[in-house]
Amino acid sequence: MKTVSLTIDGEKVTARQGEKVLWAALDNGIYIPNLCALRDASEIPAACRLCFVEVEGKEQPVTACTETVEPGMVVNTRGPSALRLARTAFELLMSSHPVDCAHCPANGSCELQKIAHHLGTKLKTRRFRKLLRELPVDSSSPVFIYDPNKCVLCGRCIWICRERLGIGVLGFAHRGFERVVTTFADEPIAESGCRDCGECVVVCPTGALTFKEQ
Amino acid sequence: MKATGFQSVASTFREIKSRAESQWRGLRDGGKSVIMVGAATCGRAAGALEVLQAIKRELKKQKLDCPVVEVGCMGHCYAEPIVTISKPGYPPICYRHVNPVIAERLVREFILGDDPCLEFVLAALEENDLVPSFSDFPRAKFEKKVILKNCGHIDPEQIEHYIANGGYSALAKALQMQPEEIIDEVKRSGLRGRGGAGFPTGQKWEICRNALGKPKYVICNGDEGDPGAFMDRAILESDPHSVLEGMLIAGYAIGARYGYIYVRAEYPLAVRRARIALRQARKLNLLGRNILGSDFSFDIKLFQGSGAFVCGEETALIASLEGEPGIPCYRPPYPATNGLYGKPTVINNVKTLVSISHIVQNGAEWFASVGTERSKGTAVFALAGKVINTGLAEVPMGTTLRQVIFDVGSGIPGGKRFKAVQIGGPSGGCLPESALDLPIDFDSLTDAGAMMGSGGMIVLDEDDCMVEISRYFLEFTQRESCGKCTFCRLGTKQMLEVLAEITKGKGKIEDLDMLSQLAEDIKAGSLCGLGKTAPNPVLSTLRYFRDEYEAHIKEGRCPALMCQELIAYYIVPEKCERSCDACVGTCTVEAISSHPKKRYKIIDQEKCVKCGTCVTSCPPQYNAIVKLSPPGQVPASK
Ligand SMILES: Cc1cc2nc3c(=O)[nH]c(=O)nc-3n(C[C@H](O)[C@H](O)[C@H](O)COP(=O)(O)O)c2cc1C
Ligand code: FES
Repeated sequence: MKTVSLTIDGEKVTARQGEKVLWAALDNGIYIPNLCALRDASEIPAACRLCFVEVEGKEQPVTACTETVEPGMVVNTRGPSALRLARTAFELLMSSHPVDCAHCPANGSCELQKIAHHLGTKLKTRRFRKLLRELPVDSSSPVFIYDPNKCVLCGRCIWICRERLGIGVLGFAHRGFERVVTTFADEPIAESGCRDCGECVVVCPTGALTFKEQ
Repeated sequence: MKATGFQSVASTFREIKSRAESQWRGLRDGGKSVIMVGAATCGRAAGALEVLQAIKRELKKQKLDCPVVEVGCMGHCYAEPIVTISKPGYPPICYRHVNPVIAERLVREFILGDDPCLEFVLAALEENDLVPSFSDFPRAKFEKKVILKNCGHIDPEQIEHYIANGGYSALAKALQMQPEEIIDEVKRSGLRGRGGAGFPTGQKWEICRNALGKPKYVICNGDEGDPGAFMDRAILESDPHSVLEGMLIAGYAIGARYGYIYVRAEYPLAVRRARIALRQARKLNLLGRNILGSDFSFDIKLFQGSGAFVCGEETALIASLEGEPGIPCYRPPYPATNGLYGKPTVINNVKTLVSISHIVQNGAEWFASVGTERSKGTAVFALAGKVINTGLAEVPMGTTLRQVIFDVGSGIPGGKRFKAVQIGGPSGGCLPESALDLPIDFDSLTDAGAMMGSGGMIVLDEDDCMVEISRYFLEFTQRESCGKCTFCRLGTKQMLEVLAEITKGKGKIEDLDMLSQLAEDIKAGSLCGLGKTAPNPVLSTLRYFRDEYEAHIKEGRCPALMCQELIAYYIVPEKCERSCDACVGTCTVEAISSHPKKRYKIIDQEKCVKCGTCVTSCPPQYNAIVKLSPPGQVPASK
């Protein structure tokens, strides 16, 4: 296997040739906020827009999940332009996320909390209007609860259900602000061929998919 | 790949061409009057089909046997329905705003009689001593028809008309060249893509030709989703073969076997004419196996898109062709190396492809001699909004905005003042009067904060509120956003909320900084071109018309008197005729009453729903009803 040496935040690291910067950083213990990236997915969604980094020689910040490592590449995950974009993307996500951590089962394990901490931003955005969607919660499954209002549309659940397990209960539907993770024809999850394995709950970064209390 | 048997290509085509020419000559020199009716979508909307029926009826009645030909759009959409009559002994004359009654008169008085009915004339096609011709129009000095050359002058449903007017000659010539020579010619011409971004076409083709993977594809992007744009539709409806020819040459140059035309299903006439064109081209072996006896084989399929704006974005368009939802994906890889079904694919705009035949036929130097240093050739615009001559205009790159709007477009109707021009649709921007002398090219427009886009040009006058205009465009992009990436899904939504508040007088001055910062982040951070350009209307109006935003926020005033919530209707007592009741009668909510003593009319502001009907009902000689902003301007009634 060919490897490539590069510098991330001043640290010399090596990565597999053809690897994306995001994985090179994470494998070397350098955190870059990310929600939609999936290591083994056939296509890179590049949808959450949180993983911006600066690369020496490039005018604009780039998304780490799409940028391939190059020999001698110098990456700065904390550059001001990259952080500005990541923060704005995060604040936008939070502007349509109900922030009620105290009553949320994901409290403490929520990746949004981790990202807010990393970026030094608040969970409650002051800059933007609050735009909540007020969608019905689906608790039809015997195993878990799906609250689409807390979903950040990262697509991890869809990927695990479809590409990993070959079940395909979940998918994206609707466009624009209405985009949502749902079942075919919006049927309750329990009536959509769900096998109750709960793998989607494990990969969900937020409190959108949570196990029912036993 | 190499086309063999050059000899046979040349002679096969010569035969086809001479047959087409004799058919065309037969039409022209048959000793009969030829009647052409502009029946593209613009003509039909104005009643061209009724005119067509009336002409046929009257010809029958008068026992006249004259060919009646449906042609496409000449670009003078403001004058539709247009009828062109070529009578032996007369120059071909175009008549404007023809209705069935005028049509019958033209048949009786001009074709049967000898009175050319000068009162209905738009212009003659050729210079003559009888009537003014198009070349006498002030716009003629600025226009240069290359892409639109045939539009409105040939029957789009007859391949022979196209061939007789020089069509498919470029293909025949190309098949006698090496593919690399063609790519080189296109590169040297300096042609840049007309789909919006202006990417060098020759370079795109070269990348695709050199890319590994087979089969390769050519896609014609005819999605045209910008509100107000209709150039690509007009071309597909008026001269579909010019698009096929460009695709064929592209296919030969890159080594493709198949092509797709992607048209929106809302363009039924374009779809129909493209279908007919494909059938006719196949019949003459201009499509299919061993085209014109060469060893180049190529076929084209038509695909009807569902008409989403984002489906015009190339990766979304390809996804949609593959049967997936039309959602853009991250590039690179670009379609030129990994396109349709993962194969190397050239995707070009309709106008880019039409330009190709002209480059092959007349040479790179000829094409490069038109235009500016970095933008070659002509630009096609759909002129719309507050401009007298709405329609299509084709001008050399480098023509100024002022020339297009005031010379080609004849300026603003109703003696109103020009305020801004919106170029490039939802991805473009609004440029003010101070930018009117800007030469039109890809780079100068981008520098000024607008964009060439695909060629929509909407003229705005003093009655248009710039905040409302940018809200309108943002609402469009927000509605058309696929929702995949955070910036576009939520960022444009945030911007829209703020703009809506400002138009209602509920904005705060801090909002303006928030808007422009967020707009910059959306531009830099979005996944695809839709998000990357969506903030342009807002950024450009903030740049040039910040005072209008401030008036809304600080004074609750809409300077253009357009934003409903910031205006009030007021009847000026001194102007009111008093005994006239026109406004009282038309008010649907009974908000208007007479002053108990002085009898002039008063609007009850509590009841008024600001529909504006009273303004139109007030007889023009009084013109007593005005709009005031902010609504507090209305004096208390005495
Ligand atoms: C949101 C969006 C909409 C687009 N719509 C169109 C369109 O309607 N027609 C078009 O030719 N190109 C459109 N494009 C540009 C295409 O992605 C692509 O660049 C173009 O078809 C390439 O052709 P060209 O090189 O001939 O310009 C659009 C791009 C974006 C981002
Ligand atoms: S992780 Fe890179 S865009 Fe989501």
